Amino acid sequence: MGSSKGPDRRKFHVSLIYAMWAVITGALSLPAAIYLLVPPRSKKKSSWVEAGDISQLKPNVPEEFVFRRDRLDGWKLTTEKSTAWVIKQADSKVIAFTPQCTHLGCAYSYDDKNNEFLCPCHTSTFGLDGKVLTGPAPRALDRYETKIAGNKLLLGEVRKGEA
Amino acid sequence: MIPRALDWLEERTGLPSSVAHFMNEEIPASAGWHQVFGSVAMFCFLVQVFTGILLAMNYAPTPGEAYNSVRYIATELTGGRMVRGLHHWGASMMIVVVVLHMVQTFLWGAYKRPREATWIAGVFLLLLTLAYGLTGYLLPWDNRAYWGTVVATQIAASAPGAGQYVSQLLGGEGGIGVVTFARFYAIHVLILPPITMLLIGVHVYLVRRHGVTPAPGDETKPKKKFYPEQVFKDTVAIFVAFAILFALAVAARVPLERLADPTDTSYIPRPEWYFLFLFQLLKYFQGPLELVGSTVLPGLAVLGLMMVPFIDRNVMIRVRQRTLAVGVVALAALGWGGLTAAAIRSTPPTPQIDVTAMTGPEPWQELSPDDVAAIGYYRKENCTTCHTGERKLTPELASVRKRTNAWLVEHFKNPGAGASAANLKTSEMNSLAKFFVSFNPEKVTALDEAQQAPVEGAMIYQAQHCNVCHQVNDVGMKTGPALNGVAQRRTRQWLEEHFANPQKLSPGTTMPPYKFSSRDMDRITSYVLSIP
Repeated sequence: MGSSKGPDRRKFHVSLIYAMWAVITGALSLPAAIYLLVPPRSKKKSSWVEAGDISQLKPNVPEEFVFRRDRLDGWKLTTEKSTAWVIKQADSKVIAFTPQCTHLGCAYSYDDKNNEFLCPCHTSTFGLDGKVLTGPAPRALDRYETKIAGNKLLLGEVRKGEA
Repeated sequence: MIPRALDWLEERTGLPSSVAHFMNEEIPASAGWHQVFGSVAMFCFLVQVFTGILLAMNYAPTPGEAYNSVRYIATELTGGRMVRGLHHWGASMMIVVVVLHMVQTFLWGAYKRPREATWIAGVFLLLLTLAYGLTGYLLPWDNRAYWGTVVATQIAASAPGAGQYVSQLLGGEGGIGVVTFARFYAIHVLILPPITMLLIGVHVYLVRRHGVTPAPGDETKPKKKFYPEQVFKDTVAIFVAFAILFALAVAARVPLERLADPTDTSYIPRPEWYFLFLFQLLKYFQGPLELVGSTVLPGLAVLGLMMVPFIDRNVMIRVRQRTLAVGVVALAALGWGGLTAAAIRSTPPTPQIDVTAMTGPEPWQELSPDDVAAIGYYRKENCTTCHTGERKLTPELASVRKRTNAWLVEHFKNPGAGASAANLKTSEMNSLAKFFVSFNPEKVTALDEAQQAPVEGAMIYQAQHCNVCHQVNDVGMKTGPALNGVAQRRTRQWLEEHFANPQKLSPGTTMPPYKFSSRDMDRITSYVLSIP
């Protein structure tokens, strides 16, 4: 029956089949893409975290501060251990570096013989000002924003190091 | 370009000609709109697989995390409500379509020789569809999910002989917990889908092997092609079904009720709509007869469905002449509809709770600690045993019989009407009296709606005199930090550590350590976290 009505009718059917499947595919994949790619709505506003006492810091000797900070992890607010490398500079300005190497995120350590930071993964080294001395690291160490209240060091958001 | 690529593919795999062969299947002249349901059912299944995988990407299948992750999907993720809506309504739609497919097959007598095996595979697919509904119901871990699953596992456990083993397999012994949860999730996402795909494969293979069922008289007419005319009809049906599903997912909220609470005695458990008839059926069989309603009748019904092709072995006749088949379907629909309607009618109207629609704290969270504790005393003393029906405490009742503090305290000590005196301390009676002297509609709802764990926590809060140092909702002293908003600042784990050893987390604090039992610790932290 159908074929006797000619190729026009067949063409009409075929194009409608493609059109409807295109709409269905779009209506399913668009929400899916949004769902997977758009970040969650409530980003917890990062507040200042107390990291420790700076009164005992010696000038230009990095010290690893260990403190607890809240992190919004998906549907959970977790309190986790964090660290920062803190240096009191000669002019008594205090800077705090995030503890990850800017290359691939390994935890670096302070090498007191050479007075520099050394990453154990690909041997990037950083000066006490955070600048890259050797190795594959693409930019200087990232820093926390800092605030001093009495003897207490408060840490804020992370600023990326200069390339 | 495309033809050359197709040639390449043809030479290496033979795929294009296989597809062409599949599409060019000859179908009888009578084929048409009534045969679209199988394709729609298959499409519904694929939508469930797709949306189910998406949900699993942000879902944690444990009692501790499931509820929060579902809430996260519904409220924090853009498109999350949509994906959850598609999966939720898709499940209902799949049941509807599978049943329609079965009714069509039944009415047209398409199960007759040689298509008995196709029909039996179909019955198994129907059972699988119901199994998805049953196991998926638990996964949001709200009150609805919890109580629905309690009832389902108890029914499974009551089955003679096998019951004990089924219950062991479902991990339902000794209550529903992590084990049941893991089992249900594993069944829902790891066991059922491969079996379904295999059975769909067998089902479709059998349909192709025997061809689409012809109607009497088709032998003399020229055959039609599956593509494009029947494919067009199938696609239109799929499109309509999808449009309905999409509209439901956009417009109709899928509620997420409160977190599963095994101590909640006020909750009225109801299964999903397609199981309501079974639920209602159970009411008619009590005592030793209960087995009849819970296992014998459903078992016989399934067996009957399987036997359909062997019971009716007559030759094929036109659908209009199949009055008996039409009668059977009408009777089944009437029975199902009647039972479902009775179940709905017997369900008292309850306010729909949907935490995904809530913004800000609930009214009971705004009450002072002694008011929240008073709710606890009221529940602990079982005041609702008498204060029900006409004596239910409402603002109207309270205003008609204006009572003083002193009268109320006397009433707690000597309630009369055969009730025993309240087993409360004087301070607790005073709190309870204070609660009712300023009784208002918000407190009425709070009496019903306040969650049990925080309420018990508030009782501990009062007993430990936390208000001497802390302030909650403007009540209490300010020696220590005010507790409003603490849920945003601290985690449950932090609070528990802090109760046990305040010096460790807040050096120099004047707060003494509290050695709570693990139950009390759970309750008091639940309360502190509930403070808005």
